[in-house]
Amino acid sequence: MFSVVKAIKSFALFELFSGMLLTFKYMFKSKVTINYPHEKSPLSPRFRGEHALRRYPNGEERCIACKLCEAVCPAQAITIEAEPRSDGSRRTTRYDIDMSKCIYCGLCEESCPVDAIVEGPNYEFATETREELMYNKAKLLDNGDKWEHEIAQNLKADSPYR
Amino acid sequence: MTSDFSLMNDIIAPGSIIIAQIMAVIVPVLVSVAFLVYAERKVLALIQLRRGPNIVGPFGILQSFADALKLLTKENIIPSGSNKIVFILAPIITMVLSLAAWAVIPFAPGWVVSDINVGVMYLFAVSSLSIYGVIMAGWASNSKYPFLGALRSAAQMVSYEVSIGFVIITVLLCVGSLNLTKIVEAQTTVWFAIPLLPMFIVFFISALAETNRLPFDLPEDEATLVAGFFTEYSSASFALFFLAEYASMILMSAMTVILFLGGWLPPFDIFPFNVVPGIIWFTAKIIFILFLFIWVRGTFPRYRYDQLMRLGWKIFLPLSLFWVVVTASFLTIFDMVPG
Repeated sequence: MFSVVKAIKSFALFELFSGMLLTFKYMFKSKVTINYPHEKSPLSPRFRGEHALRRYPNGEERCIACKLCEAVCPAQAITIEAEPRSDGSRRTTRYDIDMSKCIYCGLCEESCPVDAIVEGPNYEFATETREELMYNKAKLLDNGDKWEHEIAQNLKADSPYR
Repeated sequence: MTSDFSLMNDIIAPGSIIIAQIMAVIVPVLVSVAFLVYAERKVLALIQLRRGPNIVGPFGILQSFADALKLLTKENIIPSGSNKIVFILAPIITMVLSLAAWAVIPFAPGWVVSDINVGVMYLFAVSSLSIYGVIMAGWASNSKYPFLGALRSAAQMVSYEVSIGFVIITVLLCVGSLNLTKIVEAQTTVWFAIPLLPMFIVFFISALAETNRLPFDLPEDEATLVAGFFTEYSSASFALFFLAEYASMILMSAMTVILFLGGWLPPFDIFPFNVVPGIIWFTAKIIFILFLFIWVRGTFPRYRYDQLMRLGWKIFLPLSLFWVVVTASFLTIFDMVPG
């Protein structure tokens, strides 16, 4: 008896038609795709995007050239050279990040004692040449100035968990 | 000059009419191929909860033209190990064959390029010939995947052509003519899809296999054969294969509509239906069948090769053969054999 029902179902293409009915229903469901350049998905405050070097509100750069980030960087993407500035404070003369080496692990910002190097919320920094991905100190400080508002907000939002 | 031959009357005038007729068929077919590709991407996207092309033109409707432009401006690479003549000829043959079959398709009463009495035979022959393009492409590429794809394609198309042949015979038994116009006219009372429903389904599934569509797209199975027989093709020759594949999809839908869904005939010969011109009914039915093609693609996974062969030879062949006998007996017993 069971096999007869099964044979009838199989010749009437029952399973196939029920499958097609399901896909037909799906055609009227709302779409999950985001219209990317016009719509963007929400980002976590912990999102690790493009790097930035931050400054204090008075304009003094935060980085004290402790080189912890350079030491911890697993991809060895960071190169730092430092010497005392004319006022005697220890500052970097060179702070380069090879963004093509960087694996965006976030260890640099975790190791930073003064929250100078951070990974901001920006992920749209694709370039047309490889050379443009060799970030130097000026570029990173510039990023810091550009994204300071968002970075500060993200750090604040994440601070209870740090 | 006393000869009866006149260049103007004997060659140019009829020739230009024929060319105009051919253009009137081919241009709409090629344009509808472009829109079919767009529709396919859009319907698949809907089924998979995506958006599909939506950038080029309103709702992305011009996407196919942008893609065609991109393909045609790319470099045409001919592999150094290939047989160049056959390699170049293969897509041309495929394309020509998939367009040549349109010569006998009646779009509306009297709208047919050549109203020949062996229309079905012609269609069947031309659609069988399209294997040659595939085989030539696979062999001339001199590469593993295209060759395997071509072999699969040949075996698959041959297998399913057998059951398509029997299905066509069933229809012909009910019509008594091989002329496609007559076949459509024979469906005035009832479309053959209703009395011959099992055959309609067998024909539709075989048409999927014949046009190498999912779930039977083993010749171009990405997972195992990269792109099957056109792996080595690029640029314009790839575009020709692509166009040919979709043109033959539309052709198969047209064939399904003519054989089973009453061609240009309205569903009921009553007021609101019979004022709509036949060409619109014909197009609407083709669009419906094409939607089924795409819908099936969006629903089912690919068949395994042995399952494909089993379905073709062990199920469709006996089933269609049985139905030929049933139909013939029915027509004889009730004395309904047409003229």
